Amino acid sequence: MALLEITSTVDARGLSCPMPIVRTAQAVRALPSGAIVEVLTTDPGSQKDFLAWSRATGHELIEQSGDGAIYRFVIRRK
Amino acid sequence: MDEPLNLVLFSGTDDRLQAASVLAAGAAALGKPGNVFLQYWALDAFRRERIDADHGLAPEAGVEGRSRVDALRNAGQVSWADTFRQAKDLGRVDIQACSLSMDLLSIEPDSLDPMVDGVEGVTAFYLNAGNGQVVFI
Repeated sequence: MALLEITSTVDARGLSCPMPIVRTAQAVRALPSGAIVEVLTTDPGSQKDFLAWSRATGHELIEQSGDGAIYRFVIRRK
Repeated sequence: MDEPLNLVLFSGTDDRLQAASVLAAGAAALGKPGNVFLQYWALDAFRRERIDADHGLAPEAGVEGRSRVDALRNAGQVSWADTFRQAKDLGRVDIQACSLSMDLLSIEPDSLDPMVDGVEGVTAFYLNAGNGQVVFI
């Protein structure tokens, strides 16, 4: 897989719903199309939330991973 | 996704307002417009001088609920007021005060927190609600 250049990181660790999504949506709004945003969360609900948000907004969820403690999402701004 | 989310807020306790603010923020993050209609005790909670005060919790919270809410707040959870503000900043969230409740509680428009966009009656609220769901909290 090609190495992605991350434009911006949203550190939402320690924040509960809806803040991880709200912070991400705010960050994405300020970036140009094609920008890559990395998000870190500790909220278990965020996995489904980011899937839904990506589907609804069209910002592509390129990668997601989690070790049960910290979840990481990589999003391409549409 | 284009149908607005319409929240009628009646209850003025912090837990219900927190839940409402999460719904509003979630909709805003998805690009869904939101309309909030403040009635009764929810309207009262949006008074400029009261908005940051303790508005208590619903009876079912009990002592255990209180300590859990406090724990989350101490861990840095954003207040419902700030969550509404962020929702407004993020998307189209319009917050209106119910004119009947303004009369009932003798509230002047300029004594409300600036995030309240205006005063309207139920007819205007329904018009703006379109085909979206109306949720009563």
